[in-house]
Amino acid sequence: MAQTTYIQAINQALGEEMERDPLTFVMGEDVVLSAFGATKGLVDKFGLRRVRNTPIAEAGFVGAAVGAAMAGTRPICEVEFASFFYCAMDQVCNQAAKLRYMSGGQARMPITFRCVYGAMGGAAAQHSETVYAQFLSVPGIKLVVPSGPADMKGLLKSAIRDDNPVIVFEHGALGGLREEIPAGDYLVPLGQAAIKRAGEHVTVVAIGAMVSRTLRVADRLAKEEISVEVIDPRTLVPLDEDAILASVQKTNRAVVVDEGHWRGGAAADIAAIIGEKGFDFLDGPVRRVTTLDVPIPFSPPLEKAALANEAKIEAAIRAAVGR
Amino acid sequence: MDLGKDQMLEMYRAMTRIRLFEARVRDLATANEIPGFVHVSIGEEASATGVCAALRPTDRITSTHRGHGHLIAKGGRLDRMMAEIFGKRTGYCKGKGGSMHIVDFALGILGANGIVGGGLPIATGSALAAVVAQRDEVTACFFGDGASNEGTFHESLNLAAVWKLPVVYVCENNGYGEFTPMRTVTSVTDIAVRAQGYGIPGHVIDGNDVLEVYRCASEAIARARAGEGPTLIECKTYRWEGHVVGEQAFLGKASYRSEQEVAEWKTRCPLIRFEKFAAESGKIGVAELEKIRVETAAELEAAVKFARDSPLPDPAEVTDDVFSG
Repeated sequence: MAQTTYIQAINQALGEEMERDPLTFVMGEDVVLSAFGATKGLVDKFGLRRVRNTPIAEAGFVGAAVGAAMAGTRPICEVEFASFFYCAMDQVCNQAAKLRYMSGGQARMPITFRCVYGAMGGAAAQHSETVYAQFLSVPGIKLVVPSGPADMKGLLKSAIRDDNPVIVFEHGALGGLREEIPAGDYLVPLGQAAIKRAGEHVTVVAIGAMVSRTLRVADRLAKEEISVEVIDPRTLVPLDEDAILASVQKTNRAVVVDEGHWRGGAAADIAAIIGEKGFDFLDGPVRRVTTLDVPIPFSPPLEKAALANEAKIEAAIRAAVGR
Repeated sequence: MDLGKDQMLEMYRAMTRIRLFEARVRDLATANEIPGFVHVSIGEEASATGVCAALRPTDRITSTHRGHGHLIAKGGRLDRMMAEIFGKRTGYCKGKGGSMHIVDFALGILGANGIVGGGLPIATGSALAAVVAQRDEVTACFFGDGASNEGTFHESLNLAAVWKLPVVYVCENNGYGEFTPMRTVTSVTDIAVRAQGYGIPGHVIDGNDVLEVYRCASEAIARARAGEGPTLIECKTYRWEGHVVGEQAFLGKASYRSEQEVAEWKTRCPLIRFEKFAAESGKIGVAELEKIRVETAAELEAAVKFARDSPLPDPAEVTDDVFSG
């Protein structure tokens, strides 16, 4: 089977879903030319009616996606870099997230937002942030963080078919990551975690780009007979709490690894759930490996110092297992 | 203008329904029978009515925090609206929206909105949906003078203009944003001149003349439906009541407009204006208008009774409808 990159997986998912549903369309900044390649070629197949370059006006076009969804179409709206969501917070948090509830279930809101997040080397704080935590406390939005090409394709296709607002976070450093993707109409349901590596001594819940890094650490530690179970929640909302707690029940130790910040982040949220619902399983504190609570710096040594990385992951795992 | 007598009577009925509904809501809020913030649109009946009368049932609107009139003009039921304002489970939104958020999607109403300017991009997107789905539908976007200073106004009108979207932007300029006079916070006297900045037509009209509103909206809607793009219509109007019912509690002894100004605008009442037109036209009798007022009063009484008699939501419903499916 052929290897597919993370970016190609996005492109395949978009093409297949646009083929499947004529009311699906793509809009966003430079989606016709496609700066990162995710929407490349779609215009040749679907035309300018369904592949629409927007002005650089996030509140305007994100809000337009909200209206288009409520009026019966299925927009896929690209917000290029995740930090640009800050320009459209009203449209995402007050409108997309709330209008179904506020209308007593009348509004249908099938929007998929796509954005690039995370540090990719020297992009500085406004193009490197991991912003999903900002939406964790806004009920009404689903949050998807695929860690590799197969999950990307399967999750993105499910997100597009979902009748709720879903933000799919694409890590900017994973674009070239390759993997085999199952053939056919490959779907991964939202809300189902994946055990990326089975283990016995410690559960590591890793999110997004941290999954492949944690797996490399786990490989190394296996040589010392430290057995690490790596769980990828794949979606933060809905969150597969059962899979995480079942793993912690088995290993009795937990580390949560995320590229987001330490305070108020996805790692804090998951650690709190483990602490509250899995307290009796634990032999020690739940540890978090995250990015420092600073804006992501520009200069390479500073950026490296700020981010969660393999050394920090390894240190946390060793502390958890006492080795 | 090809307005038949029946259509004109229906417009009078819509304005009467808005006037009586709003007056009753004001009184119920003052009597503390309904919770939360209530914004009524007495004095602004003609803009909602004239625009919605020119729309088809399959066309859509977006509304504002002062949205009861738009809903009624688009065909909203007074009983389910009143029940929503009472926070009852029989309300349009099962008691989850309240006065500022009543909607009926079946009537093409994509939301009132508690955020000033929040509806502008949504209406623009609704018009985009018509283009993407290749459907012959127009969206009318109601907003106030205050929203025309929001960034979403600029982003929406630019987007609609470049994509030639079938949307009509209807600015109801009532001269005040909350308690602040519009002229002190707005760079232009006529908001419609801002249309020039987007290369689209802009019209200033008398927003208290339902027939003028209807005429102007009809042309803009026809233009939108023909694929010629958006229009900005500014309806000059006035709210007789405060920004919010009970605002004196916030204001204390302060006031932000003169009694004389309010009295002057009351002489331009949209309903009396229509009644005069009807009398002069010789086609519509006084008795026909009286009949509409009587019928509407009865409809309203039934709506209030429905709202009072309806059950409150079950607390177990609190988690319903966050997500679809």
